[in-house]
Amino acid sequence: MIGFATAIGRGLRLKLGDWGWSARLLGTLLMHLGACLRRFSLVREQIFFLGNRSLSIIGVSGLFVGFVLALQGYYTLQRYGSAEAVGLLVALSLVRELGPVVAALLFAGRAGTSLTAEIGLMKAGEQLSAMEMMAVDPVQRVLAPRFWAGFIAMPLLAAVFSAVGIIGGWLVAVPLIGIDAGSFWSQMQGGVDVFKDVGNGFVKSVVFGVTVSFVALLQGYACKPTPEGVSQATTRTVVLSSLAVLGLDFILTAMMFSI
Amino acid sequence: MAFTDPNSSRSVRPLIEVKDVTVGYGDRVILKDVHVTLPRGKVMALIGSSGGGKTTLLRLLTRQLRPRSGQVLFDGQDLAPMDQTRLYAQRRRMGMLFQFGALFTDLSVFENVAFPLREHTRLPEAMIRDLVLMKLNAVGLRGARDLMPNEVSGGMARRVALARAIALDPDLVLYDEPFAGLDPISLGVTARLIRDLNDALGLTSVIVSHDIHETFGIADHVVMVANGGVVAQGTPDELRHSSDPLVHQFVNAQSDGPVRFHQPAKPVREDFGLPQEASA
Repeated sequence: MIGFATAIGRGLRLKLGDWGWSARLLGTLLMHLGACLRRFSLVREQIFFLGNRSLSIIGVSGLFVGFVLALQGYYTLQRYGSAEAVGLLVALSLVRELGPVVAALLFAGRAGTSLTAEIGLMKAGEQLSAMEMMAVDPVQRVLAPRFWAGFIAMPLLAAVFSAVGIIGGWLVAVPLIGIDAGSFWSQMQGGVDVFKDVGNGFVKSVVFGVTVSFVALLQGYACKPTPEGVSQATTRTVVLSSLAVLGLDFILTAMMFSI
Repeated sequence: MAFTDPNSSRSVRPLIEVKDVTVGYGDRVILKDVHVTLPRGKVMALIGSSGGGKTTLLRLLTRQLRPRSGQVLFDGQDLAPMDQTRLYAQRRRMGMLFQFGALFTDLSVFENVAFPLREHTRLPEAMIRDLVLMKLNAVGLRGARDLMPNEVSGGMARRVALARAIALDPDLVLYDEPFAGLDPISLGVTARLIRDLNDALGLTSVIVSHDIHETFGIADHVVMVANGGVVAQGTPDELRHSSDPLVHQFVNAQSDGPVRFHQPAKPVREDFGLPQEASA
């Protein structure tokens, strides 16, 4: 019995230690904003790697999500004689919800895994230790630029996802189903509020960008420096960041409806 | 009135002093009450069996590890209580060659060597270029400047890493298994480079190695680490002719001796399920 309690206590102490270490790392990354702004070329390079190289998967996925939203929306709305509102439905669904969430999930799969693997392999190859021995702080030089690049890239990717999705919705609704193009665009223009809808989506995408980037960097930085350790860390990045995005989405949506 | 040179104490003071250091991981003690001194300008070799604590000692010298007790002094200053800023100021005076080079795989050979210069100086690009080419020339790889790390051999990668380690003209260079996995030519080249660079640049060097032949050929002082402490130290010749059975076994690469060939195990007959011999 005492042994069991000791094991639980030890496990809890280790877990608390891990959480404390993670919180300290997040604090350090936030503190390095100034250093990243001073050497913005490092952040810009990472925006290219994380953002530009995710564009194709974000664009293609957005297009198909837009197609499906328009089809499903038309199927439901035409029962109530509101088929012209399909443009509004597609836009609100994308801008408020699906744009930030699906883009964040894809970002976790595409960019998050690559971040974890890159940092993990740098650790396994002693590159981070070599940097420390050269009196260069790897958190400031390697992790922080990637973190702030994720912060910037994620809202841009969510915006691209939503924009391409709306084009996809238009392609299905107007040329394919035959809904009036004027109604499609005017309903959207009249029903989407820049601050309430686009603003909410923007806030979500920033929070998701920070979350996914942090989880990915944390997993890479804390992983065991072995091939197995890196592979497990990469898997954990996808699982944890996806769950975090979905959980945070619920919390943020509830908060935004209550404001 | 007598004038004293303020730098005189610095020049006589050993560059590294490890004073009664005990270190370990978790509940395990790796080294206990270790005392080692390294004078300036010398090449010191750390030898000993695998898991004996050589790399631990090397990591203490750079404060990648903190001792549980005792002091590690670098140029008279205790490394353990230093904050990151002060520690990094000391590390700028150290260079380290990792076992497999630890080159940055996304940077070319040139950029790898230029990395510490770009991070710590504001030198104009033309001067960085000249310095990098000088360092690469010193290790014989000026012609490989545009190659990527995956395009160079293991021996070349080690030499690039050496050029990077001396890029900031350090006082101390530490080598973690610099000869591991090298062919005989690369091995000889690396050993000669370590000695020549040490003498030409006025460095102080610490080498962790298993290669007795090459290490003894270039070291001024050898420290043998085993059983949680320093078991012998002296010049290479002193260790070669040591009467200590452990040193003798290690230096002469004998398979059995104080370090047993067989791990402790049950008697062979019992393990293979054979009948016990009848006692006389």
